[in-house]
Amino acid sequence: MPKLTIDGMEIEVEPGTSILQAAEQLGVEVPRFCYHDKLTVPANCRMCLVEVEGGPPKPQASCALACADNMVVHTNSPMVKKARTGVLEMQLINHPLDCPICDQGGECDLQDQAYAYGFDRSRYHESKSAMPDKELGPLIKTVMTRCINCTRCVRFADEIAGTPMLGQLNRGEDSEIGTFIEQAVDTELSGNLIDVCPVGALTSKPYAFTARSWELQKTETIDVHDAVGSNIRVDSRGNEVMRILPRLHEDVNEEWINDKTRFSYDGLKKKRLDRPWVRGDDGKLHEASWDDALTAVAAQLKKTKPEKTAALAGDLCDLESMVALKDLLGSSHFECRTDRTFFDVSERCGYLFNTTIAGIEKADAILLIGTNPRHEATLINARIRKTWLEKQIKIAMIGEETDLTYPYEHLGTGPQNLEKLIKAKSGFAETLKKAENPMLIVGMGALQREDGDAVQNLAREAAETFGMVTKDWNGFNVLHHAASRVGALDIGFYAKDGFNLADMSLVYLLGADDFDMSAISKKAFVVYQGHHGDAGAARADVILPGAAYTEKDGLYVNTEGRVQMAKRAVNPPGDAREDWTVLRALSGHMGKALPYDNHVQLRDRIVKEWPHMGDIDSTAPAEWKKFGIKSNVLKNNFKPLSQDFYLTNAICRASATMNECTTEFHTESQKAAHMQAAE
Amino acid sequence: MKKPFDLKADYQPEKFTFKNKKAVQEIIARYPKGRQRSAVMPLLDLAQRQNENWIPRAAMDEIAEIIGQPPIKVYEVATFYSMYNLAPVGKYLIQLCGTTPCWLCGSADIMKSCEQHLGIHNGETTKDNLFTLTEVECLGACVNAPMVQINDDYYEDLTAERMVEILEALAAGKDVPVGSQTGRKCSMACSGPTTLEDQAKKAGVA
Ligand code: SF4
Ligand code: FES
Ligand code: FES
Repeated sequence: MPKLTIDGMEIEVEPGTSILQAAEQLGVEVPRFCYHDKLTVPANCRMCLVEVEGGPPKPQASCALACADNMVVHTNSPMVKKARTGVLEMQLINHPLDCPICDQGGECDLQDQAYAYGFDRSRYHESKSAMPDKELGPLIKTVMTRCINCTRCVRFADEIAGTPMLGQLNRGEDSEIGTFIEQAVDTELSGNLIDVCPVGALTSKPYAFTARSWELQKTETIDVHDAVGSNIRVDSRGNEVMRILPRLHEDVNEEWINDKTRFSYDGLKKKRLDRPWVRGDDGKLHEASWDDALTAVAAQLKKTKPEKTAALAGDLCDLESMVALKDLLGSSHFECRTDRTFFDVSERCGYLFNTTIAGIEKADAILLIGTNPRHEATLINARIRKTWLEKQIKIAMIGEETDLTYPYEHLGTGPQNLEKLIKAKSGFAETLKKAENPMLIVGMGALQREDGDAVQNLAREAAETFGMVTKDWNGFNVLHHAASRVGALDIGFYAKDGFNLADMSLVYLLGADDFDMSAISKKAFVVYQGHHGDAGAARADVILPGAAYTEKDGLYVNTEGRVQMAKRAVNPPGDAREDWTVLRALSGHMGKALPYDNHVQLRDRIVKEWPHMGDIDSTAPAEWKKFGIKSNVLKNNFKPLSQDFYLTNAICRASATMNECTTEFHTESQKAAHMQAAE
Repeated sequence: MKKPFDLKADYQPEKFTFKNKKAVQEIIARYPKGRQRSAVMPLLDLAQRQNENWIPRAAMDEIAEIIGQPPIKVYEVATFYSMYNLAPVGKYLIQLCGTTPCWLCGSADIMKSCEQHLGIHNGETTKDNLFTLTEVECLGACVNAPMVQINDDYYEDLTAERMVEILEALAAGKDVPVGSQTGRKCSMACSGPTTLEDQAKKAGVA
């Protein structure tokens, strides 16, 4: 391992480490524009110049120079300082002086570097070059004259998103970033272009001119739009969420988030339930006080037998509220799988993403079953792509064909193809058998059917046949799409023997919107507790306004079984309350108060029964046990989850940005489909 | 100056196919397996030669398809190099060097004579589609300055009068000797060899 000296400090690094990375390990900051630790290294901005003793007598680009033994590097010698000042002067030649009206102002790398290395006047008197702005769709605003041609965006689209449509065109002073086809960037990860762009060339369209970065309150929390549990930062001003940014978590989302996570926040401000409502004798909903609403619900709950009472938890619920609801309604029927993905959940290993997200990088063969990870868990798909890019691993899929941003072998669309694969001796079966760390991912599309049990069982058989489960490798994975799901299953918020929703006379909907309300009997009394006026609220007899994920502290368990803590960034609107407190208040009205008065006590109660909920941010491997119910699978094909990526829950549906995306991208893909059909 | 690339221009044909697949295969076979995208430049050149000296968008898309790359990667390369023409040009593309050595030796006069004779300016094409005139940077033949490149050939040691003669000859479909127009051999000094005289004699150039 090479040993070298940087600014008088000795360091030993892994072979292949660049000087810039080594300096970073020592805490020495080296300015950079084009280098990004998740992207390839083009070394085209020259901002990271350092002096290497004994080398050629000129500054070296530290991002592209590998450490070698006995190098002596200076990052702050007069030569370095002079070189960087020179580079920066060149960068600024064509850069407009519009920081006061630029959204990147205050968090702009160029601004920061100009502060450190900039010359306080310009020696350039010629006219500056200006570039026409590009149309990149409803999410990204472009001001191309600000572009410094670092090509980070090109590399991001190419490498991470897998949708290479950006490029650097022309040359010299005419060079510019463009798509040529003036087409919206059709990737679910496009928002990350804003983060990778070091200057204000690519900024957020919905956020444009709404706030300045320094006036925002930053709250580190967890995303709930899918079951990945991306780590995010919610930036708010007063009681308003202004934007959402990713937070680094190498094991979950690295430093990316998908566009739904980033841009659906305007949905938090629309269609909100901000006061209780009670349906009157005239059949219409009327505003009510908390007291009246809770009394009405308590009376109904007391009147109804537990066997006739059901509680359904939606996709966005926090763990605390589900536990409180379960404690409150004791012996009633519970169900969190409102999407009807019924399969055997008696063993934890049978419903987790056992490999873990970071574990995907160790896999060398992947079988996808009835899933479109690009839509259901964009960042898991990005991880698969990353692994494919690195090692060209073999990937196959059983299910409907779609563009996943990496090549795969299509083995068919129905469970029969999985049966065939298990029996096969050659082809992909052989690949899986030979692989060291093979894995499979079963999506909800494969389980959202009458024979979900049987499909899950078949997948377990496949996992065992292909040696996917060994002492230190578990390649059996279930990919959930709902943030609340794994937590709900962990605490037993589901009906072991099932029940018929139509037979229930009281239905308590805890944020449950995503199912057909007509499955509830017309005569049933329906309580809806949640934050958006969506399908559930429309059917409800009493509405109890709750808090959205940015407005409450809560635990969420992601598809890997990782317990993560979300934090309150802003307050719920109007009279709305944090959800567990609503349930606690309701229990008081019923005369059997829940035994916790504050959040700490409630968390204590949770950890006492489910100790793993106290282990924040860890994924304890689930022991491999027998699960699944052997029965015959049906003949019909796996269908993808019937959902539109941009409109999967009540928050997105209320979001104008997300609706715009659907129109933009869906009409685009429909157009493409039509064209294909015509050919 | 190169014409900017315009995808939607009405001169862009709908489709493009290479005239002979064998030449394409031969080019691709030059590169090791898995590195087929390296063939992008010779393929662009081939397309240009097969399409009246310019490359339509359809050809770039076709090349992208052949080498298994997204179209933007081909556009990037094609727009970078000045010798790929991305819009139609005349039968004879005159690239006139205007860089310092040529300019010192009178490239401005050559330019003027071309303009006057052809009635077009830098970047334009004659009405009969015979000539396109562009000014370019150094073409590496400074010793024999001033010079122009017409299609694949260099014409060096020019004078304004000789330039007009060349244009007339080409228009009339007559052959013009390429290289130095004053009879100079290669880039030997005008007054004959000053070094390596023996060798020059042996080679029969002095
Ligand atoms: S748009 Fe931004 S990220 Fe892309 S090349 Fe320009 S400065 Fe870099
Ligand atoms: S960061 Fe090293 S050249 Fe850009
Ligand atoms: S300057 Fe004209 S060829 Fe070099």
